[in-house]
Amino acid sequence: MAKSLLFPEFKVVRDENRCIACQVCVRQCANDVHIYDEEDDQVYSQEETCVGCQRCVTLCPTRALEVTKKEAGMRPNANWSINHLRNLYKQAETGGVLLTGMGCSEDYPIYWDHLLLNASQVTNPSIDPLREPIEIKTFLGRKEEFLDTDWEEEPPVLKTQLAPQLELSVPIMFSAMSYGSISYNAFRSLAEAAQEIGTFCNSGEGGLHPDFYLFGGNIIVQVASGRFGVHPGYLRAAAAVEIKIGQGAKPGIGGHLPGEKVSPDVSRTRKIPVGSDAISPAPHHDIYSIEDLERLILAIKEATNYKKPVSVKIAAVHNVAAIASGVVRAGADIVAIDGIRGGTGAAPQVIRDNVGIPIELALAQVDERLRREGIRHRASLVIAGGIRSSSDIIKAIALGADAVYIGTAALVALGCHLCQKCYTGKCNWGIATQDPYLTKRLNPNIGKRRLVALLHAWSAEIKEMLGGMGVNALESLRGNREHLRAVGLSREEREILGVKAAGEGW
Amino acid sequence: MKLLDCRGKHYREVNAMVEAWWNTGERKIILERINGQRYIGRTLSGSGYIEVRGTPGDDLGMFMDGATIRVKGNAQDGAGNTMNAGKIIVEGDARDITGLSMRGGKIWIKGSVGYRAGIHMKSYEDDYPIIVVGGTTGDFLGEYMAGGLILVLGLGLDKGCSPVGKFIASGMHGGTIFIRGKLTEKQVGKGIGIEEVSEEQLREINNYLEEYSGDLKINLPDFLPKDWMRVFPLTTRPYGRLYAY
Repeated sequence: MAKSLLFPEFKVVRDENRCIACQVCVRQCANDVHIYDEEDDQVYSQEETCVGCQRCVTLCPTRALEVTKKEAGMRPNANWSINHLRNLYKQAETGGVLLTGMGCSEDYPIYWDHLLLNASQVTNPSIDPLREPIEIKTFLGRKEEFLDTDWEEEPPVLKTQLAPQLELSVPIMFSAMSYGSISYNAFRSLAEAAQEIGTFCNSGEGGLHPDFYLFGGNIIVQVASGRFGVHPGYLRAAAAVEIKIGQGAKPGIGGHLPGEKVSPDVSRTRKIPVGSDAISPAPHHDIYSIEDLERLILAIKEATNYKKPVSVKIAAVHNVAAIASGVVRAGADIVAIDGIRGGTGAAPQVIRDNVGIPIELALAQVDERLRREGIRHRASLVIAGGIRSSSDIIKAIALGADAVYIGTAALVALGCHLCQKCYTGKCNWGIATQDPYLTKRLNPNIGKRRLVALLHAWSAEIKEMLGGMGVNALESLRGNREHLRAVGLSREEREILGVKAAGEGW
Repeated sequence: MKLLDCRGKHYREVNAMVEAWWNTGERKIILERINGQRYIGRTLSGSGYIEVRGTPGDDLGMFMDGATIRVKGNAQDGAGNTMNAGKIIVEGDARDITGLSMRGGKIWIKGSVGYRAGIHMKSYEDDYPIIVVGGTTGDFLGEYMAGGLILVLGLGLDKGCSPVGKFIASGMHGGTIFIRGKLTEKQVGKGIGIEEVSEEQLREINNYLEEYSGDLKINLPDFLPKDWMRVFPLTTRPYGRLYAY
């Protein structure tokens, strides 16, 4: 075979003075970058297959390793970037669609970074969250138009029957990541952390491993186009059911779990043979219209006796506001919107990096549209796609979100280094893999502890920021765009976001 | 036995009543004058019998988990949608997406079905969904099929006619379809094999055919292997070669 024209992406630098040939790197690398030569008693590296996940660097006991981005020696060219060249060479050699993992990493505007928060000065005193309670509890689900109360009774009695709600102690949930795309231990870490914190994780479209039914009270289960693992017990076990229509990383296309990741356990959960592709078609074949979506929402409500909120997850696309309006009218109690930065275990790169719109713009437009139509109360809005910090969350709430989903951020807390190779099933951090040798690297107890710590830290920061604004309940900030100001955005972008320019007063 | 006159009743009322009876152990329920009510028999677990007199609405037996439903009439879209176990017997026709994403159980249709019947059925060990259609089917039969069995009998069809439409088994990566009557390679999707049926293969499906004819009380003609074609996937990894890793 002709020599590949592909050039290594990373440079592995081994300090020979420090290397003790202990072979930790050899054992840790699922991509076979490091090779031990017995005769020389030396470890060598072949960087062609290195994905830059930093596993060997982190675990090397003598800090002898460094993995850095390799500068390709070609003449710099603003049009023909190194990434373009790599992709061209790879496709000329394979003829295949380029796969990738995680969220879009292209250099599109990140509007969170152009939004600034307000704070109180003099006239409206700020609140110290260490001394005064600040409420960040959040309820997701349909809210009533009127509350019929019998005030004659003592105490007064609420006569309106309230729609089912999810109660979140923090406005943060873990995004849909299926058992299959992530490992048992990764899923367990998420489920246990959700339970301890008092929030929810999401099964993704892969069904639920029997061990996880215990955590059902803190799991939102997904019904996606593949209907993997969907049966009455699955729907009953969950706190809520989410119909997955789209995903920010790959709007408009289906998904498929490559056969490599369909292990015996995954096959049992999904009810397909070991090693065969698990295909989620692009559309649900019983949904071709808003009316059909309504039919599935009602089917799920029927199946769960109207006791659980039903969420519908859509990707942020050009006409997202009108679509969200239809989804709410179809009876969804929660609308989850996933932006272009939303992650994935596997998606064609061309789709991930080019399809969809930023979640900030989608959120602002959806919230605005639902308010204008007078139906905002009929569903909660949950947004997802590239939430990196507590400040992103609080800005999202001010733009109109009820809560956020975090996926990538949660995986990073578990050790993910964003190498974007989830689709290979060779995750050296034991997260996006089913290989038992790799999955045991993630201890679910430690994973849970790290996730709980992250959510505690973010809650504290959210309370600090709220206190600074003189707001003592997250509910008071929801959709209050006066607490946001924009820097470095065009008038059009500010209009779409519904946010004034920094420097403008009330 | 319980009997419910469903005329003018909302499906919510009908289904709640059926479930309430079911949960008290009543396992023979007759639904009289059904007309378009959806989700009849949804999620019912364990064995038992429901007779539907009239035309049930969409998603008959959705998520069903063991019950038997007999429809004295036609069924609409999505009969047996994401069904887990049990049996649906339709003494007339059924419409589109019959048995969508079925994970187990049986669906017997005396007449014909619409588009996309048996789409994305899957099987695992003993969970082996089966659809038998007496008449004909629309396009996209067994699309994305990942497991299970579909039999199309083409009864009453003129010799030389095909009982199925176009794009049969597109994206199929598991399971088998048996079609009695004409089938050409042009009718099936990419990556799908078709072959003539052997005596032995015909014997394998014979049990299901007997059960079908017994349940529907019809006499099936003597089937010969040469009348049949078998449709099967050439790979369980249809996307295995599509991507550059």
